[in-house]
Amino acid sequence: MSYRLRLFAIRHSRFFESLYNAVNPAIVGTLKGINKVFGTKLDRPITAMEAGLKGVLFDCQMCGNCALSKTGMSCPMNCPKTIRNGPCGGVRANGMCEVKPDMKCVWVQAWDGASRMKGGEAIKDIEFAVDNRDQGKSTWLRIARGEIAEKISDRH
Amino acid sequence: MIDIDTMRNPDKVGTNPGDPLPRLEGHVSHGRFEQVLRAGHFAVTTEIAPPDSADPTEVLRRASLFDGYVDAINATDGSGAHCHMSSLAVCAILTRAGYSPILQVSCRDRNRISIQGDTLGAAALGVCNVLCLSGDDVGAGDHPEAKPVFDLDSVSLAQTIRTMRDDGQFLSGRKLDLAPRMLIGSSINPFVPPIANRADQLAKKIASGAEFIQSQYCFDMPVLKEFMAKARDLGLTEKAYIIIGVGVLPSAKTAKWMRSNVPGVHIPDEIIRRQEQAEKPKLEGRKICAEIMQQIKEIDGVAGVHVMAYRQEKWVGDVVKRSGVLGDRKPWAPEHSFADLQAVT
Repeated sequence: MSYRLRLFAIRHSRFFESLYNAVNPAIVGTLKGINKVFGTKLDRPITAMEAGLKGVLFDCQMCGNCALSKTGMSCPMNCPKTIRNGPCGGVRANGMCEVKPDMKCVWVQAWDGASRMKGGEAIKDIEFAVDNRDQGKSTWLRIARGEIAEKISDRH
Repeated sequence: MIDIDTMRNPDKVGTNPGDPLPRLEGHVSHGRFEQVLRAGHFAVTTEIAPPDSADPTEVLRRASLFDGYVDAINATDGSGAHCHMSSLAVCAILTRAGYSPILQVSCRDRNRISIQGDTLGAAALGVCNVLCLSGDDVGAGDHPEAKPVFDLDSVSLAQTIRTMRDDGQFLSGRKLDLAPRMLIGSSINPFVPPIANRADQLAKKIASGAEFIQSQYCFDMPVLKEFMAKARDLGLTEKAYIIIGVGVLPSAKTAKWMRSNVPGVHIPDEIIRRQEQAEKPKLEGRKICAEIMQQIKEIDGVAGVHVMAYRQEKWVGDVVKRSGVLGDRKPWAPEHSFADLQAVT
């Protein structure tokens, strides 16, 4: 089910990009407010909410270094090699994953998704390896706290 | 005898075969491979199969098969996720004899701490070239129960080595006393999906620090030509030396097996049919390889060929000679061949 939703999200990457751009300021604004009042007390439920929502839609693995808007709404952490600048050279002729033949290559999907997005060119930027300390952390909270830049384009 | 003065100063010329060459102006390494590329020669590289053995003479014996035919030798790093002698050790043995090895680093087995340490170690042992790879999945090999690492990917790996070389520091920012001087390479497979995006991906690899590129097997000229046209349009052939991989197929049966079992290998039906119908299929396989090499040399922006001849290593010289891509040039080889070395028992 979740795999099919993931493919749906990539097929409609343009819509999800617009949705993200529309909703993101509100989410970050709200979280900034919550952060001021409650500090870190509500981190667990907020993180669980992010994990639930992004998990259902994108099979999000909560790496804490979210790059979805740069990767055509295809989560690179679903790649069995967790490649952040893919794909690898092992993609099957039918576009399926070398390691999991029943799964479409996450990065073939990513380039496809990006081709439909307004900011799709961002897939051409280099993404450095994830910071493993952020595993399981909420990217939203980290943005709200200014730990990472609000816009992807400001990150480099 | 190791000349300590030469080791401390990589720009000084040494007298032993393993000593570094003088680093020429504008070169990032003091290696012979970079000199061949920057001189504008059509380069030929190949790969050595690391032995399942602790015997160093076996490495030299295998390398001697390529004497006079190749400019650099890739030492594979647990290719196909199978255990063999390490790439670093093979490279160290080869540099001692004067060869130009290319250290292959796969992200599958090592994290960034280990990789940076090995990079320094390789440079200290005279290795001047490194190829950054993601690596085959552990499931493809003889230890499928192993834990895959994949801390970095090939692009992050190239960035890491470039940081060490050009900024003289580890990723952490800690300074190096002497930076590793290595020509950085990366791989590309233009023959599998997403074919339309492979040139863009090549651009990313070059932006991450790759100065030379070695491709997966090319058996499909139209796809390669289209890919190279895109690479030229993006100005990429000016920024990196693009070396195209070619393969020596022993039989149509092996070709079919490779096509369905080795990830990323694309062999068109007509190649297989041609080998099937040939009277001498083995010879036909070498002819096909030599013809493809000739066609590759004609393409604008290609800097060389990478001959991959797994279990066909003894034929590498034959296909290179047959293709004529070297012209009158004879790549460096040791004065005394290691072909007759006796194994240590």
